Amino acid sequence: MLTRREALFGAAIGAAAVAAMPAFSATAAQAEIGKLARERIKLVAPPFVHQHDQVAKGGPKIVEFTMTIEEKPVVIDADGTTLNAMTYNGSVPGPLMVVHQDDYVELTLVNPDTNTLAHNIDFHAATGALGGGELTLVNPGEQVTLRFKATRTGTFVYHCAPGGSMIPWHVVSGMSGAIMVLPRDGLKDDEGKPVKYDSIFYIGENDFYIPRDEKGNFKSYETAGDGYDDVMKVMRGLIPTHVVFNGKAGSLTGDNAMKAKVGETVLIVHSQANRDTRPHLIGGHGDYVWEQGKFANAPAKDLETWFIRGGSAGAALYTFLQPGVYAYVNHNLIEAVELGATAHFMVEGEWNDDLMTQVEAPKPIVTN
Amino acid sequence: MPLHIPRFASAAVAAVAVPVGLSIQAVGDWGGHRQSYPAAHPLAMTVSLLPGSIVYPMPGEFLKDGRPQRNPRLRQQFDKPLEIMTYQVSAADYADCVAAGGCQPPQEARAIPDDAPVTGVSYLDADAYARWYSEATGDHWRLPSDEEWAFAAAERFTGEFEGVEDDADNPARRWLTSYKAEVALNRRPDPLPRSRGSFGVNSRGLADLSGNVWEWTSTCYVRATLAADGVGVASSIDNCGVHVVEGFHRTYMSNFVSDGKSGGCAVGTPPDNLGFRLVRNQPGWAKRILGRLGII
Repeated sequence: MLTRREALFGAAIGAAAVAAMPAFSATAAQAEIGKLARERIKLVAPPFVHQHDQVAKGGPKIVEFTMTIEEKPVVIDADGTTLNAMTYNGSVPGPLMVVHQDDYVELTLVNPDTNTLAHNIDFHAATGALGGGELTLVNPGEQVTLRFKATRTGTFVYHCAPGGSMIPWHVVSGMSGAIMVLPRDGLKDDEGKPVKYDSIFYIGENDFYIPRDEKGNFKSYETAGDGYDDVMKVMRGLIPTHVVFNGKAGSLTGDNAMKAKVGETVLIVHSQANRDTRPHLIGGHGDYVWEQGKFANAPAKDLETWFIRGGSAGAALYTFLQPGVYAYVNHNLIEAVELGATAHFMVEGEWNDDLMTQVEAPKPIVTN
Repeated sequence: MPLHIPRFASAAVAAVAVPVGLSIQAVGDWGGHRQSYPAAHPLAMTVSLLPGSIVYPMPGEFLKDGRPQRNPRLRQQFDKPLEIMTYQVSAADYADCVAAGGCQPPQEARAIPDDAPVTGVSYLDADAYARWYSEATGDHWRLPSDEEWAFAAAERFTGEFEGVEDDADNPARRWLTSYKAEVALNRRPDPLPRSRGSFGVNSRGLADLSGNVWEWTSTCYVRATLAADGVGVASSIDNCGVHVVEGFHRTYMSNFVSDGKSGGCAVGTPPDNLGFRLVRNQPGWAKRILGRLGII
């Protein structure tokens, strides 16, 4: 059982760090930033992404976001297994934020007093202060606002990192998401020519570690703290019980399958805050893949499977060439099929016989 | 007039389950060896259906001119009465077989009621139970064929998700429409087996059909090439390593799979659970007479 005092332990350190930086808000740079235009973004839940320009209009600006942290039980598979989730903005993963290089990201992080734990946010896209983690630790009933300059382009993970064992525990309880920093003039292929996408999907992959009872059935707990000791034991075994996209096995299939049309170009941003993964589009490819997610590097071409390192986000651009139902999986197929990491694309359009045709349907083996 | 004829008639007309007592009485009439069957559990309740017929989509995959076809609708005639269990074999029933060494334990760790259907059983398990139960009761019990199941299920029979759009130039239309049809049913997973009777009774008096437990049949998966008339079969290949499973929808499972969720394919809704019920073969007249005479 986790006590409130343990949960709040990191708070004093965070407060000290903030207090130690009084000059931070009184520099000339601050005045310059004050003149920038501001834009307020309303985040949307994954796999969808808020409206954004692929090529920036005008100069750098301050892009304002608000995320409210919500601790709540969520069902993570068809059997009704429950995770005591910790979420950014109510979703697992947290929403994808999109800005352009040299924009300022200004995030207000709210931790309502209905929560029981202290939380913060570490942006891999940010520079200094443990990615902002040191400046953003908020107790239940507090909020904080952080601003950082998006100096590097690419897709980057953000996650909760409230100190010690709290870090992996909060992350495998769902507290991660991603931010995409686009080049101001948009994405480019390996030859530097502009490329655009018609739609974008954000797939956050999570590994969960749900304790089982003596019969092998998954246990549930009233609060996250009640399950802490048991969950930590499973975590230390390093074998997840669930590996899922968008917070739940089957959350991107059936009614929620992603949709596209033949000829459409889709950008798939894939993040994993904790563990390596290897996305693969069955029957398709990655036309241009930023495997490490950083747009300053030329994209790899024609990939079959791409590797997303734990603690990073990558991006794959693909133009669908055939209609049908596609499965998008973590190509550790045990994780895809048994543990949950499968999504579907439904793609409408005309079939291309030149690319593939069944020359002869199955029939009894011909014997002469 | 033999005793069993009016029983079939009354059961079918009234569309009710045959009470245990009547069922046992009939068994007694036919004779048999029941000494090894545990006295603690009464024999399975059954429903006896009058001869009849149905028009139903055959199971399997059908091709014509190398292209997938809608499953042919054929009239299936049942010339003899069909006696089938009212309920699926229960966890307690199956436990008797395990205790007697006739069956492997089910792959089921969840806490489910004793009178809930046994789940976590493969085709091989169901078949082993039928053999043990036949031995224990002295009657011949077996899994229903797919058409028998459909006949007994009546209005609860739904068949499979067939792609309805047939476009020679675009095979994907079929895949997409089939996927959408399944999505449109909007069936949410319903994992935990419930006490017998929870899913009600159909018009023929069978309980719990097409609830959250799918049922094994004795019918093998088949791929057939249809003749020019679109109904006759020009050639076919059976794969009896895979059997037809019936329930909320029809599907196909490898014989050794006991968890429907992991036995399916990359797309499509998997069965919540796998279980079964059995059919009792009617003994022929010779056996009935010999039974009465106490010879067998």
